[in-house]
Amino acid sequence: MSEKCYVARSTKIAARMMGDEMMIMLAPDSTLFTLNEVASVIFNAADGTTPLEVIVAERVCSEFDVELEAALKDAEHVVKELAGHGVLLVSDEPITPPLAFAQVAR
Amino acid sequence: MASLTTASAAADVVIEIGGLPIRLSTDDPAFVEMLKERYAGFVTSGTKAQIEFDVMLAPADRMMGHGEIRVERESGQWSMGRGDFEADWNPRTARGIIRQSANPYSLNSVLRIVHTLLLAEQGGFLVHASSAVRNGRAFLFAGVSGAGKTTMARLAPPDVTLLTDEISYVSRQKDGYYAYGTPFAGDLGRLGENMRAPLAALYLLTKGTENKIEPLGPAEASRALLENILCFARDSEVVRSVFEAACDFVCRVPIRRLTFVPDARVWEMIA
Repeated sequence: MSEKCYVARSTKIAARMMGDEMMIMLAPDSTLFTLNEVASVIFNAADGTTPLEVIVAERVCSEFDVELEAALKDAEHVVKELAGHGVLLVSDEPITPPLAFAQVAR
Repeated sequence: MASLTTASAAADVVIEIGGLPIRLSTDDPAFVEMLKERYAGFVTSGTKAQIEFDVMLAPADRMMGHGEIRVERESGQWSMGRGDFEADWNPRTARGIIRQSANPYSLNSVLRIVHTLLLAEQGGFLVHASSAVRNGRAFLFAGVSGAGKTTMARLAPPDVTLLTDEISYVSRQKDGYYAYGTPFAGDLGRLGENMRAPLAALYLLTKGTENKIEPLGPAEASRALLENILCFARDSEVVRSVFEAACDFVCRVPIRRLTFVPDARVWEMIA
């Protein structure tokens, strides 16, 4: 995954924080996901314009006692998995909906 | 997609579930009589229906099989089907057509689908749960097949009024959630009472060696509830509505896990 990696929440999901877990449902097929605390922080910060590295440094490392390198590696793994399910969109350029969504989601 | 035209109906019946009267018109009076018997307690007369369906009956050998239910929306009109029925429904005109053989089971499926679509717009849902009213309050007992829905209904003491032993009807209204009786019966083979009551709690059923009630966290409660909600439509808008409805419900109605020994003592805990 490139260093300049941008992530955005898909528009094809419904999401709600229930207690301390983020519940996500894929709108097209009703698949349900639950994110842990770290993944929830990344998901919430995935605005399409903040690089993943910045999200990890400023949000994950500040909230959880983890080293940047290790946290970034874990975050990239989480993002790749969620992107594979269509929960997140990933691009090496900032993602600004709706045009960028169409470009990235193809 | 088929156009929704009016058939030359010889007979009709209005079936009211969840306070929503649906008129079914057909050219076969015998079929209507069968429906009146099948949905006794939910048949209303002289009521202006909010939704009208023409039921076009076909020979049974032309409407066979079951398979997956298909529910799709195109240009604002719903199309639904399975091997044994096909139906179209336009929510804007509140009219639709059902094509099926003269059996009540296919119609039952159409009614369930239509109610799930309508409830989703209003923050309600149909859920795999038995439900009953005690002391003016409704209790839901949810679970997959074999979890004990019908068992709870069978064990209910005389002061309990059964709403259903299989599919519960949850409606969100201005002053909270209400459970309605339904004619959607399970193994008990008995229709629920056509009444409503404010919802007091939902219990997720588990059979065990002792009776106990345990709290559930909001995420676990949401997951469990969503697993039991009926959602037939592969439609993003409906799926979002159902998800939001379930989350809102969990935030407002107590959801507990009820582990129970299948005998009458379990009802001592429900009040």
